[in-house]
Amino acid sequence: MNWEPVIGLEVHAQMLTDTKIFCGCSTLFGSKPNTQTCQICIGMPGVLPVLNRKALEFAVRTGLATNCTIAKQSRFARKNYFYPDLPKGYQISQYEQPICEHGHLEIVVDGEVRRIGITRIHMEEDAGKNIHEGTGGFSYVDLNRTGVPLMEIVSEPDIRSPKEAAEYMRKLRSIVRYLGVCDGNLEQGSLRCDANVSVRPAGQKEFGTRAEVKNINSFRYVEKAIEYEIKRQIRVIEDGGRVVQETRLWDANKGITESMRSKEEAHDYRYFPDPDLVPIMVDQKQIEKIRAALPELPDAKRHRFVKAFGLPENDADMLTAERSTAEWFEAAVRAGAQAKAAANWIMGDLMKLLNEENRSIDDCFIKPLQLAGMLQLIDKGTISGKIAKSVFDEMYKTGRDADAIVREKGLVQISDTSEIEQVVDEIIARSPKEVERFRAGDEKLLGFFVGQAMKATKGKANPQMLNDLLKKKLS
Amino acid sequence: MDFYRLGISEISARLEKREISSREVTASVFSRIGSVEDRIRSFVTLTGDQAMDMAEKADREIASGKRNTLSGIPVAVKDNMCTKGIPTTCSSKMLQGFIPPYESTVTSKLLEQGYVLTGKTNLDEFAMGSSTENSGFFTTRNPWDTGRIPGGSSGGSAAAVAADECIAALGSDTGGSIRQPAALCGVVGMKPTYGRISRYGLVAFASSLDQIGPITKNVRDCAVLLNVISGRDPLDSTSAPVAVPDFTARIGKDIKGLKIGIPKEYFIAGMDPEVEKAVRDAILQYASLGAIPVDVSLPHSGYAVATYYVLATSEASSNLARYDGVKYGFRAEGKDLIDMYMQSRAQGFGAEVKRRIMLGTYTLSSGYYDAYYRKAQQVRTLIKGDFENAFKTVDVILTPTTPTAAFRMGEKTADPLQMYLADIFTISVNLAGVPGISIPCGFTSGNLPIGLQLIGKHFDEETLLQAAYAYEESTDWHRRKPNL
Repeated sequence: MNWEPVIGLEVHAQMLTDTKIFCGCSTLFGSKPNTQTCQICIGMPGVLPVLNRKALEFAVRTGLATNCTIAKQSRFARKNYFYPDLPKGYQISQYEQPICEHGHLEIVVDGEVRRIGITRIHMEEDAGKNIHEGTGGFSYVDLNRTGVPLMEIVSEPDIRSPKEAAEYMRKLRSIVRYLGVCDGNLEQGSLRCDANVSVRPAGQKEFGTRAEVKNINSFRYVEKAIEYEIKRQIRVIEDGGRVVQETRLWDANKGITESMRSKEEAHDYRYFPDPDLVPIMVDQKQIEKIRAALPELPDAKRHRFVKAFGLPENDADMLTAERSTAEWFEAAVRAGAQAKAAANWIMGDLMKLLNEENRSIDDCFIKPLQLAGMLQLIDKGTISGKIAKSVFDEMYKTGRDADAIVREKGLVQISDTSEIEQVVDEIIARSPKEVERFRAGDEKLLGFFVGQAMKATKGKANPQMLNDLLKKKLS
Repeated sequence: MDFYRLGISEISARLEKREISSREVTASVFSRIGSVEDRIRSFVTLTGDQAMDMAEKADREIASGKRNTLSGIPVAVKDNMCTKGIPTTCSSKMLQGFIPPYESTVTSKLLEQGYVLTGKTNLDEFAMGSSTENSGFFTTRNPWDTGRIPGGSSGGSAAAVAADECIAALGSDTGGSIRQPAALCGVVGMKPTYGRISRYGLVAFASSLDQIGPITKNVRDCAVLLNVISGRDPLDSTSAPVAVPDFTARIGKDIKGLKIGIPKEYFIAGMDPEVEKAVRDAILQYASLGAIPVDVSLPHSGYAVATYYVLATSEASSNLARYDGVKYGFRAEGKDLIDMYMQSRAQGFGAEVKRRIMLGTYTLSSGYYDAYYRKAQQVRTLIKGDFENAFKTVDVILTPTTPTAAFRMGEKTADPLQMYLADIFTISVNLAGVPGISIPCGFTSGNLPIGLQLIGKHFDEETLLQAAYAYEESTDWHRRKPNL
């Protein structure tokens, strides 16, 4: 039988506010345990939460960027459950009245545009962290993270393959990073993803029973975990069993999902409106103000790059995935670089070098203006494309200008016909056998002559001129 | 001299003229405490040493001409308001030994105005009760009859004011917890409009209903204290951005033409006839002062108690989840972590608190939420609507504060429902969020105080105080003192 997976994602995004959502404590990552706490975030008796307006603005920004309707009135609710890292015994979240609803975003998978609905985006506070390892058999609780603002972005069950899920995550990550509301780091947990997965016979309208897969804490596991879960469910059904509604944990080491708790064991969170927080009112004026301050988003930028710079869709997609990359590219073009050439260098050499070092484009030594300068040297024929590669490596390492490097290392291309001719003549003279074979039709030997010539000129011979000359003399 | 007998205004006047010092007043109050406290037991914590330091500080301020509204005035504070460095227990074993590292907004305001803290007063555990019999420590006695309860949950504060163990006090009122004990102890107690006073630092029982208010020896003092503690607080989102008038401004103004609503639903069968008579006499007294009694109806009153016990317990079940024995207060031994949690809560909370946590957990549960919590919210809206309708035709509403005078200790402890009915006349006011005040309006044949309740429009405490003062001025119930 042909099975169709149905997938919905719940994504938690840690907001990049300076302070926590309901108190003035810092949200800085990596401080000593329990140093970024106060009576409010650790839930001492008698304290009250007050909403951080920045968190609200970030949520609205995200809602607008994902085509959501922003609620004129929304509310916080208490999600009641008991856990050592939750000092109040409840998490302040939103339930019946979230801040954003009815949005969507578009992804492109295998050349096909797919619209994924966004059910809702709501604000909530993060819980603390229990530490069980390296603590001599004890468990400790670190409440630094308690009260850090989160957005939960819930998709509609519109996703139909693991690949789409991964693409949706990439798109969402790209958007929140563009907006500056979240750093999008899955490994550090500032972006977390739970997946609701079910399968149904292709063509059937009703959804199958779903399982929620938690603990997908790395980008590459989004696809893997969902893929595994789909296969598992199909296997269960085909073996005559039934999928049960449950929460499952992704185990990255084993590469499988494992049952955590069944529906019967599911918590009853006893949600109710938090009486300590008044309804959140957002008026049209505020919404428009936030909308006006939105940056150009990845989709719009991609379209523009295709139209304005004549770039292929794929290039535009890659360049716009990160706002900083896109801006770097545009700066190079503004500095005079030819767009497609700049795109190639950025997507090729630059990305490769950056990835090797795990460095971001914003803090690499080479600047857009310098790339433009190097491309001009190529255009003018001062250096060859091949030489340019080593020049670029040097620029990347040192941050120096291309012409300085070219001058210092004597890398200027030889474009003097007589000079090249002399080299060619010498090679032809000392390689009679090869000349004979070439003339007899073994055209592959052209490479041999080019190689010899380049060796003799230390790679500086103008490749085009060298080719032309060789062909002329050998014919 | 017996300075302890005086009110805020009289002491302030004498302090200002430097006829007396705060040290003398404070010493007088503490000597009074020394002579009556073992019979009344108003206080969970007495702060004698701090009080004398605060009094000296106040005297220095007064001497340097920097007298503030409460400079040198000994005030008692209900033990569910956090006081930095001073134990705050909510009369619960659960919070025994808890010393807040922060100050509640109300006590910060009292500090700014130079008050002297006499101590933290007893209450029903976490403010859940109507007699202080639910205190985790001991029961406070009614100064008028020490075999009877003082009312609750602010029973300690009301008894302390009635017994002159302080000049004034703060209480908190979730369903009548200021007004009911004020009535039973023969003093003035006001629950201001919800949002008038910051709840920051008030240990929450039911957040949408809790409100702090003054308990005083007379109406003017109530207005003075209200002036100090009112106002929007950036630390409390539910405190209202509403201007705070001078609540003493209309005190002494006549009430001719003031329309006083008399809701028929508040004169019910089973009410003590002496209480009903005293309240009816008060209506006549008001009429003689030029006010106009008008019959009104608050048709949903009969649902108030049920609505209240669904909403208040729902909120409480969540508010009290944080007491797990880990970070502060009481911790029981357990064989593992979960057992420690369970033992701490089982041993730390008293029976009534546990009853309400269970009730509230149930009413919020999936499958019951709509039938209980949501329905109760809808009824709450109707009750609020009752008041809005009534206030279209009247300026204030007058009712008895309680159906009976103070009952005997142990009389209602066996039957929680009987105890809940002690707040039958006060609960609607909290549900509607409107202000209410209880003032003395007579005595039973057994010499127990009777209170009448005036209810006002949202944020119209001024009219309430004006009307309350007019009655008080024309009677002398408030001047009577228990024989201790």
